[in-house]
Amino acid sequence: MSKYKVNLKINNIPISVDEGTTILDAARQLNFKIPTLCHHDDLCVAGNCRVCVVEQKGNRALPASCATPVSEGMEIQTNSLKVRQARKHIVELLLTEHNADCTKCFKNGFCELQEMSNAYRIGDHVFIDLVMEKDKVTDISSPSIEKDDSKCIRCQRCVRTCTSMQYVSALAVTHKGNDMRISTFLDKPMNDVVCTNCGQCINRCPTAALTERSYIDEVFDAIYDPKKFVVVETAPATRVAIGEEFGMEPGTRVTGKMVSALRRLGFDKVLDTDFTADLTIMEEGTELLTRLKEALVDGKDVALPMLTSCSPGWIKFQEHLYHDLLDNLSTCKSPQQMFGPLAKTYYAEKVNKNPADMVVVSIMPCTAKKFEAERPEMRGSGYKDVDYVLTTRELGRMIHQAGIDFEKLEDEKYDSILGESTGAGIIFGNTGGVMEAALRTAYEIVTGREVPFTNLSIRPVRGMEGVKEASVKIKDVKPEWSFLEGVDLNVAIAHGLVNAKTLMDRIKAGDANYHFIEIMACPGGCIGGGGQPIPTNMEVRKKRAAGVYEEDEAMVIRKSHENPEVTELYESFLHEPLGHKSHDLLHTHYTPRKRH
Amino acid sequence: MENKIKKVDLIFGKVDYLDILSKSLKRTRDELILDVIDSGLRGRGGAGFPTGLKWKFAKNEEADQKYVICNADEGEPGTFKDREILTEAPEKVLAGMALCGYCIGATEGYIYLRGEYNFLLPSLNKAIEKFHNELKKLKLDFTIRICSGSGAYVCGEETALMESMEGKRGEPRNKPPFPTSFGYLGKPTSVNNVETLVFALMIAQEGPAKFKEMGTFDSRGSKVFSVSGDTPSPGIYELELGMTLEQFVEEFGDGDTKAVQVGGASGFCVSRKEFKNTVIGFEGIPTGGSMMLFNSSRSMFNILNDYLEFFEEESCGQCTPCRVGCQQLLKGIEAVKKGIKPPKYLEELQKLSDTMRIASKCGLGQSVPNPFNSIINNFREEIIY
Ligand SMILES: Cc1cc2nc3c(=O)[nH]c(=O)nc-3n(C[C@H](O)[C@H](O)[C@H](O)COP(=O)(O)O)c2cc1C
Ligand code: SF4
Ligand code: SF4
Ligand code: SF4
Ligand code: SF4
Ligand code: FES
Repeated sequence: MSKYKVNLKINNIPISVDEGTTILDAARQLNFKIPTLCHHDDLCVAGNCRVCVVEQKGNRALPASCATPVSEGMEIQTNSLKVRQARKHIVELLLTEHNADCTKCFKNGFCELQEMSNAYRIGDHVFIDLVMEKDKVTDISSPSIEKDDSKCIRCQRCVRTCTSMQYVSALAVTHKGNDMRISTFLDKPMNDVVCTNCGQCINRCPTAALTERSYIDEVFDAIYDPKKFVVVETAPATRVAIGEEFGMEPGTRVTGKMVSALRRLGFDKVLDTDFTADLTIMEEGTELLTRLKEALVDGKDVALPMLTSCSPGWIKFQEHLYHDLLDNLSTCKSPQQMFGPLAKTYYAEKVNKNPADMVVVSIMPCTAKKFEAERPEMRGSGYKDVDYVLTTRELGRMIHQAGIDFEKLEDEKYDSILGESTGAGIIFGNTGGVMEAALRTAYEIVTGREVPFTNLSIRPVRGMEGVKEASVKIKDVKPEWSFLEGVDLNVAIAHGLVNAKTLMDRIKAGDANYHFIEIMACPGGCIGGGGQPIPTNMEVRKKRAAGVYEEDEAMVIRKSHENPEVTELYESFLHEPLGHKSHDLLHTHYTPRKRH
Repeated sequence: MENKIKKVDLIFGKVDYLDILSKSLKRTRDELILDVIDSGLRGRGGAGFPTGLKWKFAKNEEADQKYVICNADEGEPGTFKDREILTEAPEKVLAGMALCGYCIGATEGYIYLRGEYNFLLPSLNKAIEKFHNELKKLKLDFTIRICSGSGAYVCGEETALMESMEGKRGEPRNKPPFPTSFGYLGKPTSVNNVETLVFALMIAQEGPAKFKEMGTFDSRGSKVFSVSGDTPSPGIYELELGMTLEQFVEEFGDGDTKAVQVGGASGFCVSRKEFKNTVIGFEGIPTGGSMMLFNSSRSMFNILNDYLEFFEEESCGQCTPCRVGCQQLLKGIEAVKKGIKPPKYLEELQKLSDTMRIASKCGLGQSVPNPFNSIINNFREEIIY
């Protein structure tokens, strides 16, 4: 928009940048990296940590470069003596407020504060330690999130994430002065508030103040327990991100190496959540067609549009904020939770294992799935369906801990059965992916033909726009679907809960005539999940999304209903989508929850 | 030596404010603003920004709505002059707001009233109602509302004040953008202290020349002072600017004054030996009005300790230098006093306070070094022993 150019000098080097550019970004253009803590590319400006201060000629104060736009004739020094002294003081002040037991800390080696403290060599503590023993308590009420206030540097990244990006506002700044802190409504435990467990705040927290509840030790214990048969399932979005934990570019497809690493870690079988993603399409697609038939043919009052239910962060959001529309939510469990009960019934039988001795571990880009696995209704197999959920980051840790040289690993293949997947299952990782996979299948079931998009790529549902819509005309249908002849199937997609809110408000206002809506709690969908490698930002999300689409195109089978293992599963076990067994194992129900 | 401080009566004296307004409305906005610029009037809320310039900036902004805010948060310890003005001459404050509204092109005004002053609400509301009726006769479209403060000192800072008015947490914003371009609800806004608005009205009546005659080159006119502490005559006084502290102490001291805290907790402590050479005003020691006198019975350690406890609690807590810096200064002087840290630790703390001054986000953190450094420099022994 604003294309006026502003001329300034940074460290005596002249540069001309667009009006409105911050000093921080202008300096980046000249390859000067100014340290930051409260700044995050995904979030609005805060300007509160002050580590990014710079010296400006003629200004007695040091402006915060992340929060100050350039102006004509400005002369900036990013590393003057004054700046260095101030920065050193600021980092040191943060450390005096900080429970800096780095060697015991989950973020050790991955921490922005630690990095900064190393960079400024803050070893000799001049000032007084302000952390009190009574503050060193961690809130572990949530199965997804640990909140340790003694590690918090009050940068408010989490608050801005939870408020602006997710529209949840589970976290807020409370109190002032020396008492100022990040807290919940009435200081309640994290598990008792409106938090969706999406983990976006964790992904943005520069320290260990917010982390995932880690189950690495429990999983290693299971692996080394000879009585246990430990199977692992991996989500679609982890395979394009786990490489980042080993310094690889975001979006690098490392499926084969990941499988190989999991085997070396000692899992008995390495299986694929993509398989149940395909299965989800069969169940959810059938559910949609059934609802449409009931509405159009039987004239029943069915809840439409139907909303997808693969994203447990989204589900909890809806349970809290839109519980009057819970009937619209598909009853399908997420692919993770379809996998668990199948593993402990169908699969256990096939491999001749006692489900009581089985441990199902899932590797997810998601922290909300830790909560989901703990839901009391997730015991369709008669056991806890999924025993442990680990994030992509935790898997990275395990591989590091086990001393596996990830980059050098040879590609290996998933075990069979429950290891076969299609391109449709893989694109579940991207926003719009569930929709695309569902359309590929539903359209073909109804018309007998492939979706009318080049190379099966349904472009209108792809991309990073917050709310997307598309309409597919259904023509020349098979006789049994005649009620759909000529229907424009209207779909919409939202990712990031603030966008979900926009869409839901329109539905509530009756100002939307969609049939089917896909909602993912995290920006970009699962590739931008709260459990993914840090940093995650727009650039990284785009690269991971591209990786997912490449992976799809590289697959031989790209439609869920063509997955041979899925076909076999229906023939020999489930019999039909939405059938009796499906109902018991693959579908669930929801719980209305209060806002506060 | 001539030692009479001139007492002035611009603020509290009765005037025909409607007459001033109706005459002003016949003049152009630019003329009126030029008069305020010419008078040399600088904001009386503490920061001392030239009022006419502020109005000009707000006037020059294009916007469908603009706002006038009267800052009556008066949270600075030792200040109580705005309360007095709002009690004694509320109609002059309202007229000053209307004048500002006319000049910058705003039709809405707010008084951000300190929570503790809620007892003024009935009388103020009555005055506003009367004033609204009077404005109808003048055919000036301007509405005034009162917004009750949240009780936090930092909400007197103009951007925190606007955040608080918008129903958010009272945290100062990044500047730029300044309120005159992006203020209340994102609209151009002129935030002015209670006293500033009354002076602007008086300048419209008397013309800039008469105001300019008083005071000094940098500090024109007079100013209302809140005098407290060890003085036989505490209270509110409107005095001509430009006096020295020596003159002031002669008038208000109890004969044993060892220091004066000029400008409240966030101001400067001046010791006896500097009274003679210290001018009260923007060229010397500026003040939002608070003058606290201390005699030799006072412990300067306790005074500094009280101030730091105040700031440690009243910092909004968002930025690092201020939130943690205040705690360190407080804990630091306590540690020196107890001998846990050596006296030279005070130098580390002074370096830290320099960082607070230049790196804090708002005026609160930036001015904590004022009392800190001035008290340490003048009364180092009292801090250590
Ligand atoms: C921490 C802090 C508290 C302040 N409190 C007040 C106040 O109570 N009243 C006031 O008029 N200005 C206060 N100010 C100054 C305002 O930010 C602003 O500069 C002033 O209201 C502008 O009016 P003026 O130009 O008429 O002085 C405060 C500033 C800071 C940094
Ligand atoms: S959060 Fe960072 S600095 Fe703090 S203890 Fe952990 S690793 Fe160290
Ligand atoms: S997990 Fe998500 S909903 Fe919960 S506090 Fe963090 S950002 Fe908010
Ligand atoms: S919890 Fe983390 S993100 Fe939130 S304010 Fe503290 S350090 Fe920042
Ligand atoms: S200087 Fe203090 S009051 Fe001002 S923004 Fe920073 S923490 Fe808040
Ligand atoms: S990164 Fe600029 S103030 Fe925090």
